Amino acid sequence: MMKFRFRKQGNDPQREKIKQDLFAFNKTVEHGFPNQPSALAYDPKLRLMAIGTKSGAVKIYGAPGVEFTGLHKETATVTQMHFLPGQGRLLSLLDDNSLHLWEISLRDGSSHLEEIRSFTLPGRASFESANAPTSVTRVTVILLWTSCDVACVGTEGGGVHFLELPSLTLADSKPLFQDEIMQSVPEEYKCGKTLGPVESLQEHPQCPSKVLIGYSRGLVVLWDQSTRQVDNLFLGNQQLESLGWERSGKTFVSSHSDGGYMVWAVNSSNPRAQQPVTSTIPYGPFPCKAINKIQWRTSESGSPLVLFSGGMPRASYGDRHCVTVLQDKTQVTLDFTSRVIDFFTIYCTESEKEYDDPTALVVLLEEELVVIDLQTTGWPTIPCPYLAPLHSSAITCSYHISNVPTKLWERIVGAGQQQNPLQTHVKWPINGGKSLSPEPSQKGLLLTGHEDGTVRFWDASGVSLKPLYKLSTANIFQTDCDHNDSLTQQGEDEWPPFRKVGCFDPYSDDPRLGIQKIALCKYSGKLVVAGTAGQVLVMDPNDEKSDHMINMATLDLLQDREGFTWKGHDRLTPNNGPISFQPGFQPSILVQCMPPAAVTAVTLHPEWNLVAFGTSHGFGLFDYHRRNPVLARCTLHPNDSLAMEGPLSRVKSLKKSLRQSFRRIRKSRVSGKKRPVVNSPVSKVQEANAQLAEQAGPHDVEVAPVQRRIEPRSADDSLSGVVRCLCFADTYLRDGTHHGPTMWAGTNSGSVFAYALEVPSLEKFSEQCVEAVLGKEIQLMHRAPVVSIAVLDGRGNPLPEPYEVSRDLAKAPDMQGSHSVLIASEEQFKVFTLPKVSAKTKFKLTAHEGCRVRKVALVHFTSVSSEDYSENCLVCLTNLGDIHVFSVPGLRPQMRYDCVRKEDISGIASCVFTKAGQGFYLISPSEFERFSLSARVITEPLCTVEINRPHDSAAVSNNTSGSLQANGTHKVQSESCSLGDAEGVFEEIQAALSSPALDSPNSSADITLDTTADITVEDVKDFLVATEEAEKNLKNMSEEDPRSPGILIN
Amino acid sequence: MNKNHRVPTNRSLSAVEVKSKFGAEFRRFSLDRSKPGKFDEFYGLLQHVHRIPNVEVLVGYADIHGDLLPINNDDNYHKAISTAIPLLRIFLQRKEEADYSAFGTDSLKRKKNVLATVLRADNNRKKPPLLISLPRDFRPVSSIIDVDILPETHRRVRLYKHGSEKPLGFYIRDGSSVRVTPQGLEKVPGIFISRMVPGGLADGTGLLAVNDEVLEVNGIEVSGKSLDQVTDMMIANSHNLIVTVKPANQRNNVVRHSRTSGSSGQSSDSSTSHYGYTVTPQIIQNFHPEEAESDEDNDIIIEGSGKPQQIPKASSASASLGSLTHSEPHFGSKQNGFSALSSSAGSLTAAGEIQGRESERRSTERANVEEEGTVITL
Repeated sequence: MMKFRFRKQGNDPQREKIKQDLFAFNKTVEHGFPNQPSALAYDPKLRLMAIGTKSGAVKIYGAPGVEFTGLHKETATVTQMHFLPGQGRLLSLLDDNSLHLWEISLRDGSSHLEEIRSFTLPGRASFESANAPTSVTRVTVILLWTSCDVACVGTEGGGVHFLELPSLTLADSKPLFQDEIMQSVPEEYKCGKTLGPVESLQEHPQCPSKVLIGYSRGLVVLWDQSTRQVDNLFLGNQQLESLGWERSGKTFVSSHSDGGYMVWAVNSSNPRAQQPVTSTIPYGPFPCKAINKIQWRTSESGSPLVLFSGGMPRASYGDRHCVTVLQDKTQVTLDFTSRVIDFFTIYCTESEKEYDDPTALVVLLEEELVVIDLQTTGWPTIPCPYLAPLHSSAITCSYHISNVPTKLWERIVGAGQQQNPLQTHVKWPINGGKSLSPEPSQKGLLLTGHEDGTVRFWDASGVSLKPLYKLSTANIFQTDCDHNDSLTQQGEDEWPPFRKVGCFDPYSDDPRLGIQKIALCKYSGKLVVAGTAGQVLVMDPNDEKSDHMINMATLDLLQDREGFTWKGHDRLTPNNGPISFQPGFQPSILVQCMPPAAVTAVTLHPEWNLVAFGTSHGFGLFDYHRRNPVLARCTLHPNDSLAMEGPLSRVKSLKKSLRQSFRRIRKSRVSGKKRPVVNSPVSKVQEANAQLAEQAGPHDVEVAPVQRRIEPRSADDSLSGVVRCLCFADTYLRDGTHHGPTMWAGTNSGSVFAYALEVPSLEKFSEQCVEAVLGKEIQLMHRAPVVSIAVLDGRGNPLPEPYEVSRDLAKAPDMQGSHSVLIASEEQFKVFTLPKVSAKTKFKLTAHEGCRVRKVALVHFTSVSSEDYSENCLVCLTNLGDIHVFSVPGLRPQMRYDCVRKEDISGIASCVFTKAGQGFYLISPSEFERFSLSARVITEPLCTVEINRPHDSAAVSNNTSGSLQANGTHKVQSESCSLGDAEGVFEEIQAALSSPALDSPNSSADITLDTTADITVEDVKDFLVATEEAEKNLKNMSEEDPRSPGILIN
Repeated sequence: MNKNHRVPTNRSLSAVEVKSKFGAEFRRFSLDRSKPGKFDEFYGLLQHVHRIPNVEVLVGYADIHGDLLPINNDDNYHKAISTAIPLLRIFLQRKEEADYSAFGTDSLKRKKNVLATVLRADNNRKKPPLLISLPRDFRPVSSIIDVDILPETHRRVRLYKHGSEKPLGFYIRDGSSVRVTPQGLEKVPGIFISRMVPGGLADGTGLLAVNDEVLEVNGIEVSGKSLDQVTDMMIANSHNLIVTVKPANQRNNVVRHSRTSGSSGQSSDSSTSHYGYTVTPQIIQNFHPEEAESDEDNDIIIEGSGKPQQIPKASSASASLGSLTHSEPHFGSKQNGFSALSSSAGSLTAAGEIQGRESERRSTERANVEEEGTVITL
């Protein structure tokens, strides 16, 4: 009779209620920079900025904390976006030629950014397009009238259509086709050619009925919509890229594909301008690339500013991504590291004012957002309070610290401020809306380690992830590149006047600098950073600049194990002599593991002055106070030869070649086509044909099915010696009466080593040495990699962090009851008693679910209805991307949520949990998704935007309170329930607490051996049903028994 | 459980007379019946009395039926001691000259020259005997279980993976099977065995075949699980893998006569009647997953620099026994092996065949087995 059933959660209503109060899964905010942005818009009235992406996402940002996210149902690229100023509405154009209207609206007490309407220009596009190269009704440009009731839509075919807003219907007035324009165009200009697609539509700044229409061929027309006639004709001959009005409406500027721009005068006396007032190719005379967008902004202080993107000399700087700011004689070429998507200027839009007076230039690049202060001389950058480019160098690891003490927080903030003295302290200009989120009660710090050897400190307390401080470890080592090669140091007579802007630099010059593991003690400020080449740096915060030598130590983890030669990368050579360090974290000791394999685990105990680290060869323990190694232990299996080959060397070479090919692509002279014809019908037909041709192939060819081999894990798997986790604990290892410092290490092959440490007391620290004695060695039978080890006190709670007890910050652990150790492997969780290591409870995740543990954390969940009730739980993310919550130490499954797509391997690998039940994972190289498992601790955007919608039924300003999530399901919290309700809930909780709930972790007394194979309720039932059989069995047994007196033989 | 040791109560003799023969030499000595000690000590003693300290020998004894049976572990050593009335006759052969075929049922009676064969190692054999390993190496490899509760079209196979000499050795793939649903026939995705590794454990049993549909792994249904999940489940359970399959070849199914009797434990009697012996239902009943787990899942712990010991289960009901019964169920754990085999519908591997023969022999001598009691593991 087999009963391997997943234990059915008893439908105990009280326990269910507690679980509801403890756990709730929400995806709350996306931090960082949107992946693959494709469109930009700005609402000068509401001071909101919108960014559209290639995946169809729309993100709206205002003041820090004000964020809205929406996703088009069609996963098509957002090509253009336009705000209806002041209305909280946004018109977006996708590359499938559909227009969508979005609205920030109030619903169910919280507001959402939602799509209310969509529209596609009717046309014969889909029918006759098979032979036409481009669709006639494909939208090229959109212009929203300031009155906000009409949108002009320019098309590929050269027509201009008029749409009514916000109904998004075709206006009664008939569209303006080229034929109508052509009537007034002189014969000699026509030459029998069409005018080409509409390239630009610009509303006259003074006369709202007039529109400037620019056609691709170069013709620009000033069209009066009220009289439906052409006011002026500007017979340009260069292929047009964009147009921009001067504020007065007397002149406008046009930019062209040859890299030049022209200034035209609007003169009613001369309706047919043949020549521009001026024509300049700023980076001539050699062939230049097109100027994609140009703006002309007047200023009270002097000559107007001309801002344009592109136009670089094709041969010499054709691969640069530049925006040029030009005012009189002053010119700056802002040189960005990634492609310029779009830019806008923030200027005075009130019609009474005479000048534009631009205050800031906002440039959206493919990988970051850069804001330039145009009021301060020198045009410095303004630091962004959000949209931080997390991926300025690839993220290699992340680490979260909850509840950071103010003392350390201020030191980090201070160090960060000293790092960027050049940046202006101008207020963030995009400050629409008001954040309603309460000031975060705790400071949360997110540390990301990067490939270039930097560690970035982020303020993760609130909705916006703010950069605080950047720590670089590269200057400690000698590397091939010199780090001062920035282009800013060029002489003044250099042309063009490049200025390097932005921090996105994905090209790491030495992959060995990459950060692998981080550990930080939030009380002492001790920081340990470990890297790819086996370097372990112990750092201390220092508010002053310092020049000092770093103490170095080398620790051989092979321990004279013979037959191994390291074929991987060399160790990094440290710089000789004193190195100067900026205020912030400054390294004091460098421990170099030998062989220099990547560090795979690191942990720190500042009270004992110990740091432990592990690589694929073994682990070491170092006393950083006395600066001597305490222990080195090799974990290599004798058969494990792969570990020595240094698989990283192969990875490195691949990376190198990738990097080179990327550089090649960047250098290629291919100028990006302005509008890629993605969905052109021709390509569709070709695609379909190609598919047909593929299908036409021989059908009988058997495709080999995907197979999986069933092979038990053997002991001599490669890389079995990798140290996966390390932990320090004050617990009972030798006997049940004396506790003391211990260190635990777990490897890839399911081995756990426990060492008893002799740590001398503070007074004797200078005299005695720390000693480590191997106490226990546990080999897990299933040999799965050990992911995490944690020691639990007598009450089943995890031990507090160092200093927490001695500084009265946490309750002292229960040292009376028997301790236990929780060992989480990739396949199962087990709790063992201490000091006699015997299995207490276990849960076999893989055997039951077929999934593997990727990340685990012990999380403290507090009930949403009562602050006094909390539970410690084990949270685990599996390779299928789902999150399981288990009680501790009972290891009973509590909850299961789908979190990450299982194909998203980097998302799963990047996940970190916080202590209070939140977590982060990368949804793209540049974005962290924040999620919340706790029903109580939720960080989400709550904001209001003052919206004035004249066409609304209630034509008054309505105050929208917005809370918004990207793609999470949201549960309304029960915090707002009335007092009586709350009391009722509390009573229920009390009742639930007083009666021992079946699977409550408090009832650990009745925990049986196995959560899965022991007698579950179902099993008992089975026994009851099969009473007859049982009786028979008993009879049989009793018949046999007299003949078989039990005797033990030794 | 029948793991209690039975002591022949009718024997009052405390000493066992031993007559040991190596080549042409005899040695006589005696042993304390109640304290026979370990096999290793006995082996050392034999080497000592024969003055062959460095010669590897095979130890055999003649049991009451006159069969030459091997002594190579504590279990069969104790059995030999306990059944010796009153004389224990021991035969030693050099390992390199050993003639394994000499062991077995009726070996001494059947062939009078067996002893001669043992003694004259250099005698030329007519044909090379079938190379069969020693009974020490016998252990259950596979079994069909739960025949009584499963539909006839399904088969639940247990693969025993002791040590790591042999890989489990099969591959699985995605596929689709047809199910009858209320809406009619429906194609549903399923997991199938796609390939057997020649010489692998699964191949050797003959109980699994290519294109068999995998329905359950250790009691957990695989429907709705991905290929990778099922792979991981099988590997995680590889120490004691129980797969329920729907064999592609439905002709070898066990035919049950008493289908009407439903799924009571008694119905298994009919299925086993083919083999001429009966299965006591409690064996199947007692065959409980925990028991299987207790011998597969004990992590090894080393205290300090001491010797490895297995971790006892803390809250085991039979705490005192628990620490003793955890060792590997090699030949001695007849409890598992025997029950498994007796309910087995034919284990076809070479080892299995011998196992079957052995068990048949034993079942014909059921009376003896009853009398002698089952052998206990230490």
